[in-house]
Amino acid sequence: MVRIGDAPGVRRTLIVAALVLSALFLLLPLVAIFAQALMSGLDVYWQNLSDQYTLAAIGLTLLVTLLTVPVNLVFGVFLAWLVTRFTFPGRRLLQTLIDIPFAVSPVVAGLVYLLLYGRNGWLGGWLDAHDIQIMFAWPGIVLVTIFVTCPFVARELIPLMQAQGAREEEAAVTLGASGWTIFRRVTLPKIRHALLYGVILTNARAVGEFGAVSVVAGAIRGQTNTLPLQVEQLYQDYNTVGAFTSASLLAMLALLTLAAKAALEWRAARRETAT
Amino acid sequence: MIAKILTRGHQRRVLPGFGLSLGVSLTFVSLVLLLPLTSLVGQLSTLSLSQYVFLITDPRVMASYGVTLLAAAVAALFNAVFGLLMAWVLVRYEFPGKRLVDALMDLPFALPTAVAGVTLATLYSSSGWMGGLLAPLGIDIAYTWVGIALAMAFTSIPFVVRTVQPVLEDLPAEVDEAAVTLGAADGHAFRRVLLPYLWPALVTGTGLAFVRSLGEFGAVIFIAGGKPYETEITSLMIFVKLQEYDYAGASAVASIVLATSLMLLLIINLWQGRFIKRLHGGRP
Amino acid sequence: MNIRIAGVDKRYGRARALEPIDLDIQDGELIGLLGPSGSGKTTLLRIVAGLEQADSGSIHFGERDVTQVHVRDRRIGFVFQHYALFRHMSVFDNVAFGLNALPRRERPSSDQIRSRVMQLLEMVRLTDFASRYPAQLSGGQQQRVSLARALALKPDVLLLDEPFGALDAKVRQELRRWLRHLHGELGFTSLFVTHDQEEALELSDRVVVMSDGRVEQIATPDTLYRRPSNRFVFEFLGEVNRLEGDVARGVLTCGDARLSVPGIDDGRHELLLRPHEIRLSDQPSHGAHLPVSVSAVVPVGAEVRLELEADWLGEPWQASVGHAEFDRLDIRRGRRLYAVVSQIHRFDASRPQTLMLEPAI
Repeated sequence: MVRIGDAPGVRRTLIVAALVLSALFLLLPLVAIFAQALMSGLDVYWQNLSDQYTLAAIGLTLLVTLLTVPVNLVFGVFLAWLVTRFTFPGRRLLQTLIDIPFAVSPVVAGLVYLLLYGRNGWLGGWLDAHDIQIMFAWPGIVLVTIFVTCPFVARELIPLMQAQGAREEEAAVTLGASGWTIFRRVTLPKIRHALLYGVILTNARAVGEFGAVSVVAGAIRGQTNTLPLQVEQLYQDYNTVGAFTSASLLAMLALLTLAAKAALEWRAARRETAT
Repeated sequence: MIAKILTRGHQRRVLPGFGLSLGVSLTFVSLVLLLPLTSLVGQLSTLSLSQYVFLITDPRVMASYGVTLLAAAVAALFNAVFGLLMAWVLVRYEFPGKRLVDALMDLPFALPTAVAGVTLATLYSSSGWMGGLLAPLGIDIAYTWVGIALAMAFTSIPFVVRTVQPVLEDLPAEVDEAAVTLGAADGHAFRRVLLPYLWPALVTGTGLAFVRSLGEFGAVIFIAGGKPYETEITSLMIFVKLQEYDYAGASAVASIVLATSLMLLLIINLWQGRFIKRLHGGRP
Repeated sequence: MNIRIAGVDKRYGRARALEPIDLDIQDGELIGLLGPSGSGKTTLLRIVAGLEQADSGSIHFGERDVTQVHVRDRRIGFVFQHYALFRHMSVFDNVAFGLNALPRRERPSSDQIRSRVMQLLEMVRLTDFASRYPAQLSGGQQQRVSLARALALKPDVLLLDEPFGALDAKVRQELRRWLRHLHGELGFTSLFVTHDQEEALELSDRVVVMSDGRVEQIATPDTLYRRPSNRFVFEFLGEVNRLEGDVARGVLTCGDARLSVPGIDDGRHELLLRPHEIRLSDQPSHGAHLPVSVSAVVPVGAEVRLELEADWLGEPWQASVGHAEFDRLDIRRGRRLYAVVSQIHRFDASRPQTLMLEPAI
């Protein structure tokens, strides 16, 4: 095989450059997180981890994630089914709209929710009158997180389902299967991995969202602090070890996400070479 | 119109679930995406034009546009080069640890931005591992626009790598071979043959990285320090105004950020469409 | 430029792609490499091009040893099966690419490049398409661009990898004739790969038949067809009918069929014959009693192809007759006739043998 750039000198130079740069820009920060977290030893690490505010932040983060992921999972599947299995006027527009959260600065995302549900917002007065608190409380955090993470599942599914086409589903219809049966028995097995990948991405972003959440959370310690907000607060308090302890939890989750992604891709690649 | 779409569907659509999926999708998009965005328009409509112009041309805000654009442009350019290098090395060469490096490329998307922010701020502060090395050389990164660019670059690394990589993978070996059998040296063949193939993906990836950098918040604020007129990015301006309960000012600036991002996305999409059309037989 | 390939072989891991091969190609010769997929023909072509490295052996272009020479310095033209045109460049820029890629000292002026490219485009009859992009051309046009591009640097050797494989039958015919013509006119030495025996026989001065990484035979198309050196070549080069039976005193018996085969020793034998070596008659001949019944009739242009069945045949025979013969014998499905064999081949002896039996009328 003769390829452009396969002279040993060129190859070696480029590989070394790539390795050095990725070590510097990606690996070093990752190592730094754990180094900082464990700077004062394991005892302090455990102590920081079992701090009541940190535990509360973990709890709130879990709650937000558990509410966000299923909502976006359901929405993503319906939207992907809609735009890949039917043609109708406005289909492209719908696909463009769903990308908005990717383009919008998270702070702007937080802002628009604040404008809608805040004390002076459109719905604020009504909510106030009925004593429902959304902003500066966990429901607001959930809402902005849903906004920020809503494209992930749909974005994974749409290209795949488009490429797969509707032949098999159509065959199922001719065999008399109902809609739910078609989805469960024909479509779902084909999109399982993409769906799982979409969920993993949604999950990672839901856990880690900072900008939008910090606008609507109000950061009341022990009540509206998610883990990323907790990291920020401890950092601002000059409690570096504490901040990085919480950060290390998030970093571990990030590593799990990467591992899950690699595993899924590896399985997909193996299946492809097998056929 | 919806009623019309639905009834027409009954006659022609083969697969079930059109009404249900349309209903769910439209409801969701309206409630989650459109309604909040309209509230921004509503807030802006309470402002007169001169008030609006005054708010968005405030000198401190203007300075933040400059810093944000400069840092995002530098970050995007860095990523164009770094991303191309990484995509090339990961597709074309074999070396130990390649799978790990490949997985590591997604770290910036998986790692919460606030974590990236505090980590970079710590690493590049004058007492940090990197900052400590660079300070004696007279290079300050934390609390300068360079630090902002660095944080922006970090969070947008995957865009270029992951858009160029699949294109490079799908490039048939014959393209290389044709260039080489015609006697082209590596440099010439790369510039004249391979780069044009990668160009659409490279520009798209760089464009996306730029858009993402413009809006980046969590990763940037810690290393930026937020000195007015110097290291305040536009997202931070909005945040500061919100904390001062200046909703009108925040909304005005946010509208600029939002419009810029959406316009850039539109341009990227249009450009990509035209480029692809030419390669597949449309008139150039 | 003559090419000398000596002891070239290649392995991929443990699999042998090419047994050691020797091949001498004369200056100006057009050589076809013919074989089924996986026979090593493309590997050999790519080794000659320098796109693959042989494990051992040597390749000379004229007096020049190019074994270790990089493909970019071998002065070859290479035509790819799927054209491999640069899709972002116009037809003109594609053809000019090699000239533009020359180091500054050797590069012609842009006027010279322009006239050279236009001259090449004229040769491939695509002058009007100079500013088009590859995606706007048909497959046949793209392959002609690819040829012009390969010839732009006046290569010593032109190598073509299944050049017409991706085209439809009619265009393929046209391009074949055109390439033959061009080759005659310009006189370059060339080597092309094909899996289509008709293409190889029609185009080549000599054909190299390969299978399993080995050369089976190197010969002119005529010799190859008339005197195949082994069973593989015989079977690969055309349709084959089989006749298996016991020979005793010069007569082969198989069920109620008899065929006199003088000179073949006693024992069980498998004999082969081509469709055109079978003639049909309404009565048995002196030397052959081969009753058959017609099971399919397919008129194809000037001849009619027939499928013949019989109890004594393992698989049906293919035969062809002219229209006059077809009418005279009143051939239709189910018609019972007698086959008469003009020639028969055997490959189970130490060397291949062709037996002339009864002359065709």
